[in-house]
Amino acid sequence: MPKWTMVQALNNALELELEQDERVLIFGEDVGLNGGVFRVTDGLQAKFGERRVFDTPLAESGIIGTAVGMAVYGLRPVPEIQFAGFSFVSFNQIASQATKMRLRSGGVFTVPLVIRAPFGGGVRTPELHGDSVEAFYMHMQGIKVVIPSNPYDAKGLLHAAIADPDPVLFLEHMKLYRSIRQDVPAERYEVALGKAAVAQEGSDITVISYGAMLHVALQAAELIAKEDGASVEVVDLRTISPLDEATIAASVSKTGRAVVVNEAPRAGGVAAEVIAVINEQCLYSLLKPVARVTCPDTPFPVPSIEDAFVPTAVRIAAAIRETLKP
Amino acid sequence: MQNQLDDRIIQVLNHEGEVAGELPELSDDELRAMYRWMVFGRVFSDRMVALQRQGRSNTFAPLTGQEASVALATALQPDDWFVGSYREILPILAKGVPPLAMLETYKGYIPTQYSREAHTLPIQIVLAAQMPHAAGLAMAIKYEGKPHVAVGVCGDGATSEGDFNETLNFAGVFKAPLVVVVQNNGWAISVPRRVQTAASFIADRGPGFGVPSFVVDGNDVLAVHKVMADCVARARAGDGPSLVEMMTYRMGAHTTADDPTKYRPEEELAYWKPRDPLLRMRMYLLSKGLLSNTEDEQMHEAVAAEIQTAVSALDAMPPTEPSRLFELVYETPTPQLVAQRAALQDIGD
Repeated sequence: MPKWTMVQALNNALELELEQDERVLIFGEDVGLNGGVFRVTDGLQAKFGERRVFDTPLAESGIIGTAVGMAVYGLRPVPEIQFAGFSFVSFNQIASQATKMRLRSGGVFTVPLVIRAPFGGGVRTPELHGDSVEAFYMHMQGIKVVIPSNPYDAKGLLHAAIADPDPVLFLEHMKLYRSIRQDVPAERYEVALGKAAVAQEGSDITVISYGAMLHVALQAAELIAKEDGASVEVVDLRTISPLDEATIAASVSKTGRAVVVNEAPRAGGVAAEVIAVINEQCLYSLLKPVARVTCPDTPFPVPSIEDAFVPTAVRIAAAIRETLKP
Repeated sequence: MQNQLDDRIIQVLNHEGEVAGELPELSDDELRAMYRWMVFGRVFSDRMVALQRQGRSNTFAPLTGQEASVALATALQPDDWFVGSYREILPILAKGVPPLAMLETYKGYIPTQYSREAHTLPIQIVLAAQMPHAAGLAMAIKYEGKPHVAVGVCGDGATSEGDFNETLNFAGVFKAPLVVVVQNNGWAISVPRRVQTAASFIADRGPGFGVPSFVVDGNDVLAVHKVMADCVARARAGDGPSLVEMMTYRMGAHTTADDPTKYRPEEELAYWKPRDPLLRMRMYLLSKGLLSNTEDEQMHEAVAAEIQTAVSALDAMPPTEPSRLFELVYETPTPQLVAQRAALQDIGD
């Protein structure tokens, strides 16, 4: 089985989709000859031609707006927004159009659309390249939000997203693009949307995270196991919307303690929603208040001070220790 | 004064209903059908306003004075796509969306009457946001190699939005089989056209995107049909998009919630009243012997009866069940939506 990075796994998934389904089209800024600024679409235009993999004018609203029309027509557009922070330019097309067509037409017109976009801190990018935008889209009705944490899931989730009959925002953390290699089957397979995974089993406390922070949470779990002898269960959300409430509730009901970690700012974030779910479903199992570790409610930091803001294993471990106290 | 006509504007009938340009190829029956649709638009709009005043319908945007817009659909084939907004009700109906779909929407129901076969998107309200959908449909048509076209329509106010300009740009770059139409009726609620652009014509935007553009007398239904037929034919032949600016006039209020006497000069309405598109087509048909005054009266009565049938059908419809909303967020409701629907129903009982 090939050992692939997330970039290779995503590239392979897109290649398989283009191969098996004539309706799949890939377009955006620099995705053609250049293969995307991170090479996720590398070689696809050469193999499938400019009809199916093409560059567009530099206009995010136009990219998503035309994708909505193509999806209504019956195609399976997979546009790329070059960085998730630029999705603000196309926010209206997503919030008022892609996600509302089904209702507006009484279910006659639908928008099977997958928007891919890189994001995430830790790679020293200029402003708006690193922003975590998932909470905006979690609040939005009618779109699913996916953030894989490893190459295997990335490929399976992307296949599932393209097969999904509704809009999906597929967010790819830049720090994970090449930092992990994993056995990835070369054939098509799906990882179901809306299903979290237990990344590491444990019994004393649950840490819930996703994307790049999942790995930082795993490091913190290792620290705690070594230094404190406590057993930490780590849950990888994988799909941010809809949340897999059953997996969250099962784990927290078992451990009675939880820390939720997201890289995005704190207020109104994914962690806040996860904690509300825990409150609704696990209150009587809880031994301590649930903690959250997030970026502060500032704009995403400039590169030179980034490390002071993005949650670290040490900060997560501190929150775990606090929550483990009797 | 908004939208006074000048020489650049393509005309077939002058405002006395006399032939002033080259007639489009239309049979007598097609001419009468076109006029019937215009009557339908006038009567339908008046009826919708009346229903709103009686509290039987919600906010409605009258189309009075813009009935030549029917010709945005008359040059189209069934498989061609039409995308418009709230002032395009008439071409939407003419394209095959049943009047009941409009009545349901304005009643505040979730629509049940749309069909894919009409190839017409439902009305959306964020100005110009529908325009890239029309471009995307046209790009999809081209991708599939089908001999169809898409028409995207917005008003003059919407041309200030990015989506309008991005639509022209995408359509030009990808040589999409698209006709972009601006119904320039002089006003965006209370804001006159001159506040939207310093250009004399919105159509002047076209050359900047490499898109051929045309200005047409938007109250001359035959001119609108002729220009649309030409642009549609060019798109169908693979020669790419066009931009059409219809010079028309909103004779009524923006919506039933608007009072234009606060901002609209009396003399402007006076200038446009004799230029009423319905009057012009009627004069032409009367002069050609294609319509008599008696037939015109009968046509008005038949149209009113047809609309009454739709209103009665609406009255007989069960109102939208609240639970229906949960079925139209995703194809399969999420576990969260299932739980929320059940919770709502529990409290309802």
